Amino acid sequence: MTVAAEHGGASRPGAGGEASPEKLLAPVLSAFWDQPESWTLETYRRHEGYEGLRKALAMPPDDVIAYVKDSGLRGRGGAGFPTGMKWQFIPQGDGKPHYLVVNADESEPGTCKDIPLLFANPHSLIEGIVIACHAIRSRHAFIYLRGEVVPVLRRLHEAVREAYAAGFLGKNILGSGLDLDVIVHAGAGAYICGEETALLDSLEGRRGQPRLRPPFPAVAGLYACPTVVNNVESIASVPAILHKGKDWFRSMGSEKSPGFTLYSLSGHVARPGQYEAPMGITLRQLLDMSGGMRRGHRLKFWTPGGSSTPMFTDEHLDVPLDYEGVGAAGSMLGTKALQCFDETTCVVRAVTRWTEFYAHESCGKCTPCREGTYWLVQLLRDIEEGRGRPEDLDKIDDIADNINGKSFCALGDGAASPIFSSLKYFREEYEQHLTGKGCPFDPAKSTLWGDNDAHLGVNA
Amino acid sequence: MNATEANHDVQLGMPALPAPDYPADVRARLEADAKEVIARYPGARSALLPLLHLVQAEEGHVTRTGIRFCAELLDLTTAEVTAVSTFYSMYRRKASGDYQVGVCTNTLCAVMGGDAIFEDLKEYLGVGNGETTEDGAVTLEHIECNAACDFAPVVMVNWEFFDNQTPQSARQLVDDLRAGRTVEPTRGAPLCTFRQTARMLAGFPDERPGAVQATGGAGPASLIGLRLAKGEVAPGRVDHVIAPRTAQAPADEPPSGHADAQAPPGHPSSHDAPHETSASDDDHPAGPAAEEGE
Repeated sequence: MTVAAEHGGASRPGAGGEASPEKLLAPVLSAFWDQPESWTLETYRRHEGYEGLRKALAMPPDDVIAYVKDSGLRGRGGAGFPTGMKWQFIPQGDGKPHYLVVNADESEPGTCKDIPLLFANPHSLIEGIVIACHAIRSRHAFIYLRGEVVPVLRRLHEAVREAYAAGFLGKNILGSGLDLDVIVHAGAGAYICGEETALLDSLEGRRGQPRLRPPFPAVAGLYACPTVVNNVESIASVPAILHKGKDWFRSMGSEKSPGFTLYSLSGHVARPGQYEAPMGITLRQLLDMSGGMRRGHRLKFWTPGGSSTPMFTDEHLDVPLDYEGVGAAGSMLGTKALQCFDETTCVVRAVTRWTEFYAHESCGKCTPCREGTYWLVQLLRDIEEGRGRPEDLDKIDDIADNINGKSFCALGDGAASPIFSSLKYFREEYEQHLTGKGCPFDPAKSTLWGDNDAHLGVNA
Repeated sequence: MNATEANHDVQLGMPALPAPDYPADVRARLEADAKEVIARYPGARSALLPLLHLVQAEEGHVTRTGIRFCAELLDLTTAEVTAVSTFYSMYRRKASGDYQVGVCTNTLCAVMGGDAIFEDLKEYLGVGNGETTEDGAVTLEHIECNAACDFAPVVMVNWEFFDNQTPQSARQLVDDLRAGRTVEPTRGAPLCTFRQTARMLAGFPDERPGAVQATGGAGPASLIGLRLAKGEVAPGRVDHVIAPRTAQAPADEPPSGHADAQAPPGHPSSHDAPHETSASDDDHPAGPAAEEGE
């Protein structure tokens, strides 16, 4: 009955459950998602909600910043910048309004953590917002939610309404003298708005195109005022740190990458879903506990943090999934979006589709990204269809090199990542497409229903 | 709406005349809404994206009249508003259906079956990408990653989640929509029309009773890690796989799509410009055909 995880690679010696899921996982943000009406204020308060806020409001703002900085919390939106340090950059006593903008524009292909978090537990974000605004002395916060997730918009509207009614937002919050308004702002469909300066332009009612830095948002952000832009998960992690303590937070993960985080497993795995764990868990551990790849198949390639992070193969199953571990292995932790593809998947098809995405989403502001992604798509389509020439492989490598590091923002770097990494690990597969016969894979075999045994065999 | 006769937008090969205004009653109603939205922001122009959603809620797409309205309320030129409205993919430029059916064809969903679903729906509905069925009910399009990869393949209808779809379940879904039956998403509230959805996006909460609570808490995939951590499911066993959505399907439909799901001929990865590719080539297997260790 038990099906071993078939993800290839070296088998782990003594793999016999010496590390159980109970020990490997650490649900914090997701701890009560299974409770009835988990999204309500009442449920949140039953689970120690808004207790971190009480502690924070009893502290001077600068102490809150120092506390979060000491906790070692790093940004969960992909770049991993220390959250407390970002807050510290806000100039104080400058007489200008300060703003907090929460980046809820989750759109990186593969990334699916903030949306379920906000759907099931929106108050963790609201509480984190109040704490952060107390720290950076802001009276106005914005949640920039991508527009294409109406179920989440609905629950955010409701959570904000509840928080106002309960006195966690509005005037003189919990008698502290802090006034705070939170505005839920729905975007309108543009991946680039996940880039923080493009997000600010979009929030100002403009086309979402990135700004030249410096000045950084901490100095001249929204309406040219000091602004902190943080990812949803970063802010939502703050209340637990305040409530349970920075030492508790640091007891998880590593020195440089402490704490818990949401790992999102997707693709050809037996159990796709959200796995909240201490920083540094490995994909092998996650697959071992969750039933591995779908039955009868092997892991071929995967992304550690969305399509913009260079892909890995089954050689990388034991890479610690923290900022340093993934970086040392040649990729980036990104958003911890673990998209797993098995051997039925054509890597050229996957990369072509991602590249089409980047070409579609390129904002057009800078030439390397706008033109480069366009020509990459033309070449990749030819290659996938068997009309490519051998020199095209060097050409896509060269174009990616002319985008990477030479574009206005990180979208260009992201577009280059799948090209570089797939050529590195799967150049032979590209070459197989050059034989004039087109793609050697059958896409029907990759589908959710393409493999009867994988989905019915075990229970049947 | 009672647009006056004089407001017909006649093209005579000359520069377009200024767009007609809304009828007075519509204008008054929209203006009240718009002012409420504008007042939320420290800078008025920040209300532009919500206002574009608002005019889309009025007419189903962003018309020249809607652009003129936004420009007047925010003291912008129509060129400035047009530049913004054409940048964002959620603003429609032409009249479309009440239900926008978006099939995710970004890599992961595409591979897991999104491409097959999209191809099947195009054929089943007889429409192409961005086109609307003759009855005006369904506009079909392919969409980019919608942050639900653990529920792949995903279909969005009016931006509500329909998880773990198959070609059959998607056919059933569009049949239900076209027949006017009540359709409930996997995650989200019972569907309202595209225009009603656009009003929420403009910043006006869904007032329907039960809408916030609909479909309960986190979806099953979101809970898997938590259930493992609590010891509620045994680790390392393939004893449960998220079932495809069957709520809307007839009882005799197979639980997943393999019964007669036909993958499209070839696989048009380049979905904006489909081309034929060769079928599977048994002489050139690309991956390990045999399972290791068995």
